[in-house]
Amino acid sequence: MGYARAVETVAASGAHPGADSPAASPGSLLRFITCGSVDDGKSTLIGRILHEAGAIPSDTLAALERDSRRFGTNGGALDFALLVDGLAAEREQGITIDVAHRYFATPRRAFIVADTPGHEQYTRNMATGASGADLAIILVDAGKGLLDQTRRHSIIVALAGVRHVVVAINKMDLIGFDEARFRAIEADYRAAARGLGFASLVFIPVSAREGDNVAAPSPRMPWYRGPALLDWLERIEIRPVTVEAGFALPVQYVNRPDAGFRGFAGTIVAGRARPGDPVLALPSGRRGTIARIVTFDGDRAEAGTGEAVTLTLAEEIDIARGDVIVAAAAPEANGIRVADRLVVRLLVTAERAIRPGERFQLQLGTAMAHATIVTIDQRTDVATLVHGPAEALAMNDLGTVTLRLDRPLALAPFRTLRDLGSLILIDRLTNATAAMGTVTEARMAEDAAGAQATGRLAVLLRAALSPAGTARLAGAGLVALLVLGLTGAPLAAGLAGLGDLVLRPLAERVNRALWARHAARRDAAVPELSDGGGI
Amino acid sequence: MKPLDHLSLLEAEAIHILREAVATSERPVMLYSIGKDSSVLLHLARKAFHPARLPFPLLHVDTTWKFREMIAFRDETARALGLDLLIHVNEEGLRAGINPIDSGSQRHTDVMKTAGLKQALDKHGFDLAFGGARRDEEKSRAKERIFSHRTADHRWDPRNQRPEPWRLFNTRKLKGESFRVFPLSNWTELDVWTYIQRENIPVVPLYFAAPRPVVARDGTLIMRDDERLPLRPGERVETRLVRFRTLGCYPLTGAIESGARSIAEIIAEMRASRTSERQGRLIDHDGAASMEQKKQEGYF
Repeated sequence: MGYARAVETVAASGAHPGADSPAASPGSLLRFITCGSVDDGKSTLIGRILHEAGAIPSDTLAALERDSRRFGTNGGALDFALLVDGLAAEREQGITIDVAHRYFATPRRAFIVADTPGHEQYTRNMATGASGADLAIILVDAGKGLLDQTRRHSIIVALAGVRHVVVAINKMDLIGFDEARFRAIEADYRAAARGLGFASLVFIPVSAREGDNVAAPSPRMPWYRGPALLDWLERIEIRPVTVEAGFALPVQYVNRPDAGFRGFAGTIVAGRARPGDPVLALPSGRRGTIARIVTFDGDRAEAGTGEAVTLTLAEEIDIARGDVIVAAAAPEANGIRVADRLVVRLLVTAERAIRPGERFQLQLGTAMAHATIVTIDQRTDVATLVHGPAEALAMNDLGTVTLRLDRPLALAPFRTLRDLGSLILIDRLTNATAAMGTVTEARMAEDAAGAQATGRLAVLLRAALSPAGTARLAGAGLVALLVLGLTGAPLAAGLAGLGDLVLRPLAERVNRALWARHAARRDAAVPELSDGGGI
Repeated sequence: MKPLDHLSLLEAEAIHILREAVATSERPVMLYSIGKDSSVLLHLARKAFHPARLPFPLLHVDTTWKFREMIAFRDETARALGLDLLIHVNEEGLRAGINPIDSGSQRHTDVMKTAGLKQALDKHGFDLAFGGARRDEEKSRAKERIFSHRTADHRWDPRNQRPEPWRLFNTRKLKGESFRVFPLSNWTELDVWTYIQRENIPVVPLYFAAPRPVVARDGTLIMRDDERLPLRPGERVETRLVRFRTLGCYPLTGAIESGARSIAEIIAEMRASRTSERQGRLIDHDGAASMEQKKQEGYF
């Protein structure tokens, strides 16, 4: 799930697989996904990879032989698709409807593969699989070439943060292992994927059904000199670069076993911490100092990115679930900021369309807020990758929207800090996950106070009670003049003016406090808010 | 600082999931099946909430047919760690005479385990239950979410599970609905054993090879743990050096012949193994897609 990987680099960046790439460190883990359209042969390819890697237990293989005779589409020969199409509904329909996770290892590396659905209806499931992956295998049927789905999958893979792509051009056996066809598809894909910013992009001609270029180079395609697919998966180096700058820990849970202990539990998403480090709690900006880093295995002198720890602070400051503890020395490291206006790349996962003005529950890191869709800035046509205007985003649409939050949150652009730059929008009636998205820009609205107050009355009251300094003086003078005119007594006029000058800001303060309480109550009264608040 | 190794990453992920679940639920519970996965899950939960006591009870749904050594281990673990352990038995099932020998494995599991679990969850009003299931165990589990949404009548709808992008779990639910949460989703059997070794976690001795009284039946070795297991004509109890890869109701759990007496030997044996973990589980072979069907009905 990309725990310690906010940024990834590849040693063989952009290299052709034929180029000499350094061996991956032994015992490392590669998480990858396979995506393609219906009938591109994804499940067959995964089954083939598992088989070639010796990862299919003998009893499972026996079950596969039985199933192949009964449901197989391969003339009774082993049908590897049946191995990974786990659900009964899928086996009957011959499609993959949900992400299936497989675990296998070769002597060189451990793998987790997410087999993601090809059907357009299940694009959201594919996006889920992609969000945890280091690498994507995008399947293209050599006979069909690039489809809209191929482009859609590529852009979703990019949205989810996958940086390494292998385009496996499958069913080469059905087109006579034709090199020209392979090269034409490669050129098409390179043109389509321009601008998606993959760190590495390689093309391998395969036959998943017959095994060509899956585990070993195919003698039937001597024109291809690159490595076989499994070989490339074993060798590609995805060097996890932990985010070392600053420090950030989104608070998950406040641990209070007794009056003497108050710990802030969470997973460190950036940097490192040591006892004695000064910190800030965002969005409040309250200051504190790390007292202890508590773990089950004893207190720590230091903890870093990816570790799940519990911090205690020297000071008693109010911190709740959803707050982010950052280094006071570098609170803005990794692009972290406090914001309530976001520009977000959004993939719609709900069955109904999303429109401007709609309000959702937003979840970002461990924080929750209400988010209103202010505008739909553009919709991306996945067939052409062209951005255009739109009035709504329907299921499986990809677009850019501007969100307004009901309270500011600590967050960061996705490209600089994945854990504080990814979010979901939740339907407030059904609790369904309506969309998943990544933050591209974030700022505070110019009139932050105005954004918090709701209702015309509040705005009027605020305008009346919050004059600028000069206006305040002028107002006081006006009162004095009025009193002088009415009473003819300069002393009374002076007192009245002074009173106005002093009392009006006081009244304003009282008003502000009342509104803050009202806002807090209103938030607390939202019935479906069940995130446990500040447990 | 060095990046975290594979096991430490899995550990941090599981702790993150445990905390996320407890922070967003009202009445969580941990299903405790006494097996190695439960031992690991319990250990991770103690880590997640240290220095506090576990903020939830453990629940064991007892079919009354578990190995005696499992029950002894359960009670000793609860005592040593001061755990809040709930034990639930489906008394209706007992009264109806359901047992794995006469009723068959499927009916026994349906009544004593699946229905028993639902009874216990409803009785205590739990809205979230942790389980130690892993995606590498079985085909339909490969498609399970980490936060698996269940309807008010505990059903699992494979077509209506929520996406879990990045580390974001949508934990919101309507009244009566609940979640099953699987912090070990991304662990493999090998990960579990290497973690048990690294952390020195106690497990039931049945996992280690010892001479035990077994009966060869239908291609598996069944341990005769007590007198309730009748011998069929021609069958005889013999003592063999065996151990168990998974643990359940003893008449439904096949032993394997093995000389692995330590965790290191178990790991070595597993690396060389060519059969899947659940092969010894007789209930999985009840029919095509049997586990998926059990899950839809509310089995863990």
